[in-house]
Amino acid sequence: MSIQKKLAAAVGLAGLAISAATFGHPESSLNLPVGVTPISQQAHYLHMLTLWVCVAIAVVVFGAMIYSMVKFRKSQGAVADTSIVHSTKAEIIWTIIPVIILVALAVPATKGLVIIEDTRNSGLTVKATGYQWKWQYEYLSQNDGKTETPISGVSYYSALEENSNFTRQLGSGLDPNQVENYLLDVDHPLIIPSGVKVRLLLTGNDVIHAWWVPQLGMKRDAIPGFVNEMWIQVDEGKEGTYRGQCVELCGRDHGFMPIVVVVKTKQDFAAWLAAQQPAAATATAATTASL
Amino acid sequence: MAHAEAHAHDGHDHDHNHAPAGIGRWLFATNHKDIGTMYLVFALIMFFIGGAMAMVIRLELFKPGLQFVDPSFFNSMTTMHALVMIFGGVMPAWTGLANWMIPLQVGAPDMALPRMNNYSFWLLPFAFTLLLMTFFLPGGAPAGGWTLYPPLVLQAGDSFGFTIFAIHMMGISSIMGAINVVVTIMNMRAPGMHLLKMPLFCWTWLITAYLLIATMPVLAGAVTMLLTDHYFGTAFFNPAGGGDPVMFQHIFWFFGHPEVYILILPAFGIVSEVIPTFSRKPLFGYESMVYATGSIAFLSFIVWAHHMFTVGMPLAGQLFFMLSTMLIAVPTGVKVFNWTTTMWRGSISYEPPMLFALAFLFLFTIGGFSGLMLAIAPADFQYHDTYFVVAHFHYVLVPGAVFAIMAGVYYWLPKWTGHMYDLKLATWHFWLSTISVNVLFFPMHFLGLAGMPRRIPDYNVQFADWNMVASIGGFAFGLSQVMFVWIVLKSVRGGGPKASARVWDDTNSEGLEWTVPSPAPFHTFETPPVIK
Repeated sequence: MSIQKKLAAAVGLAGLAISAATFGHPESSLNLPVGVTPISQQAHYLHMLTLWVCVAIAVVVFGAMIYSMVKFRKSQGAVADTSIVHSTKAEIIWTIIPVIILVALAVPATKGLVIIEDTRNSGLTVKATGYQWKWQYEYLSQNDGKTETPISGVSYYSALEENSNFTRQLGSGLDPNQVENYLLDVDHPLIIPSGVKVRLLLTGNDVIHAWWVPQLGMKRDAIPGFVNEMWIQVDEGKEGTYRGQCVELCGRDHGFMPIVVVVKTKQDFAAWLAAQQPAAATATAATTASL
Repeated sequence: MAHAEAHAHDGHDHDHNHAPAGIGRWLFATNHKDIGTMYLVFALIMFFIGGAMAMVIRLELFKPGLQFVDPSFFNSMTTMHALVMIFGGVMPAWTGLANWMIPLQVGAPDMALPRMNNYSFWLLPFAFTLLLMTFFLPGGAPAGGWTLYPPLVLQAGDSFGFTIFAIHMMGISSIMGAINVVVTIMNMRAPGMHLLKMPLFCWTWLITAYLLIATMPVLAGAVTMLLTDHYFGTAFFNPAGGGDPVMFQHIFWFFGHPEVYILILPAFGIVSEVIPTFSRKPLFGYESMVYATGSIAFLSFIVWAHHMFTVGMPLAGQLFFMLSTMLIAVPTGVKVFNWTTTMWRGSISYEPPMLFALAFLFLFTIGGFSGLMLAIAPADFQYHDTYFVVAHFHYVLVPGAVFAIMAGVYYWLPKWTGHMYDLKLATWHFWLSTISVNVLFFPMHFLGLAGMPRRIPDYNVQFADWNMVASIGGFAFGLSQVMFVWIVLKSVRGGGPKASARVWDDTNSEGLEWTVPSPAPFHTFETPPVIK
C-alpha cells in the first residue's frame, strides 16, 4: 500500500468516524449559499467556477505526484534518471497554460466587480451605522425613478435579542440549543422591500465594523469618518428573514452584534414605512414648532 | 566576553570541536551554530506558548455558548496566538535554520557579522517577555487582532506601549538577521560558489532577507504612528482629527503581504532540497526556481490591498489588486510543477524529511487553491473575514511553513547532533501531525462558507458540528508535537546510531554541509573549500 493510499484511507476513516458522530444539526451546511440577490448568485457562480477549476488542476497535478510517488519508489527498484534537469519547453508550457486559465477566470470576475460597484438608480437608501456593539438603521430617501423623496424620522437601533444575550453570558448555565436563532436574532431588524435596489450607506461610530448577510451576497466595512456604499436587490418572491453578523473585529462583543434583514413585498414595505412615519412626522413637527 | 573568546580561540588551534564552557557560551555567543541553536530553541518554546493559546481558542469553540473565557480574553488569545506564532515561532525558526545552514552551505566559516548576530538573537527573549507580560497588566493583553487596526487597537489598556515596543524590537532583530544573511551570502561564499550554484535554501533566504529589509521599517513606521496617536495626540489614523483609519491598513498590508512570503519562501528552499535528496535526482529547473522566487517576491509588493477588498476602494483599485493577485499563481505553479517533475523517474524513498516535504507539496497547494479563490474579488466579498480565510492561511502556514521547518529539522538534525534520530517515531509524528492538521483545518473551509465569521468566541448552533471536529483535530495536533520534542531531545542527548558525513543515502545533494563530518565541528571551513 502506497503512502498516499495510506493517507487517503486514514483521512477517509477519520472523516467517516466523525461524520457518524455528528451532524445533529440539519441546518448546517458545507457550501456557500446561492442567496437571494443577483450579487450573491454571481458570487456563488464565481465560487463554484473557481472551485471546479481548482479541482480539475488538483486532479492533474496531484495525479502526477501520486503516480510518481507510487511508480518511482526506490523500494520497488526504481533507478533515478539524473539527466532530467531542465526543459525550456516544459517551462514555457506550464507558464502559459496557467495564464490562459487565469484570464478565463479574470473575465467573469471583472464583469462581476463592475456590477457590484454600480450603485446607481437605487429605489431606497438606508444608512447603517456600526456601534460597539449594535447597529443603527436610518431610512434616508426613496426614489421611484423620477423623483427622490426624503424619508424623515425613521431611525432605530438594532441589537442582540434578549434570550441570546442571557444565554451567551459566561457561566449562564443556559443551553444555546434551546434558543431559537442563537446569536443571530435582533430586537429590531432592518426592513427592506423585495424587487427594489436598496442602497446601503455604511459608516462606523467608534471603531471599524463590517456588515454582512451571506444570503444577500455582499460585505462592506463600516468605517468611522468614511461613508461606504453597497447595494442589495432581493428577488421578488424571496421575501423572508435573512441573518448575518458583524465581520470585522470590533472589540469585546464583536461576536454579539448580529444583523437581521426582513424582506417584505413592496406593498407590505410601504405600509410598514407609512406606519413608522406618522409618529416620526409628528415628533419632527413638534420639534420644529418648539424651535 | 574577552575571556570566552580567547578561550574559543585557544580551543580551535588544537581542537575544532572545542566550544566555550558555561553560560557565557550562550550569552556571548558569536558562533553561528550556537546562535542557530538558540534561535531554534527559542522558536520551539514560542511554538508551544502560541500553541497553548490555540488550545484555549479551540477549547472555547468546542461547543456553542461561553464555557471558559471572557470574550476579551478570547480576543487576546487570537491576537497573541498570531503575534507569537508569526514573530516568535516561524520567523526565528527560519533565522535559526539560516544561521546553522547558510555558512555551511556556501562554505563560509561563520556569519559575516557575528556580534550583530548575537545581538539580533538576544533582543528576541526581551521582546517576547515584554509582549507576554501584558497578560498581567490592567486591561490585559492586546485584543485588537494581530493586524492592529485602529481605531480599535487604540482602545487597548496599558498593554499598548508594551506591544508597540516589543514589535519594534522584533523588527530590529529581523532586520539585523536579514542584513547578516545578505552580507554572508554576498561576500563569504567559497571561491567557485557562484550565485547560481548555491543551494536553493540560500537563494530563497537571500530573497526573504531583502523582503525583510524592505518591509520591517514600514511596519515600524505604522506602529510608531499608532504610538503617537495613542500617547501624543496626533491623528494619523483618527478621522476626528482629519486622519484616515484605512491608511493604516494600506501601510500595514504593504508590510503584511511581503511578510507572508517571508514566512513561506524559506520553506520553498527547504522543500527544493529535500525532494531532490530523497528522489536521488537533481532539482528540476533550478534556474526557473530562482526566477520564480524572485517573481513571487516582486509580486508580493503590489498585491497588498487584496486583504482589504471590503474597505471600499475604487473599482480600478479593486481590479488592479485582483488581477495582480491572480498572477501570483503563475510562479507558484512553476514551483509546484518543478517539484513534481523532480520526483518524475526518480528513486524515491520515504524518510521523515521527505514525508513532511510531500505533505507540504499537497497541503500547501490546497492553500494555494483557496488563495486563488480568495483573489476573485466578487467571491471574496463572501469569504472575507470568515473561517474560509482562517482555513486558507493556516493551510499555507501550518502544513506549509511549519511542516517545511519540520522537514528541515529532520533533514539536518543528524548533521547537527551526529546521531540519527528515531526514524520510526518521527514517521509516527508525521502521520499523526498530517492527519490531525487536516481534521483541524479542513472543516474550517465549511464553517467559513456556511457563514461563520473569524475572531468570535461563540457561535450559532448551525456551526457546532464542524467546530467540534476542528477542536478534536486541534487537540490531537497539539499533543502530537510533544513527540517532536522527545525525538529531538533524544538525538541531542546522543541516542541513536552515528550519522555519516553525507547522512542520507544520496550523492546528488551539492550543498557543502554534506562535506563536513557529523556532527558539524564547532568551527568549519576556516580555509575555504574548493568547489569543482
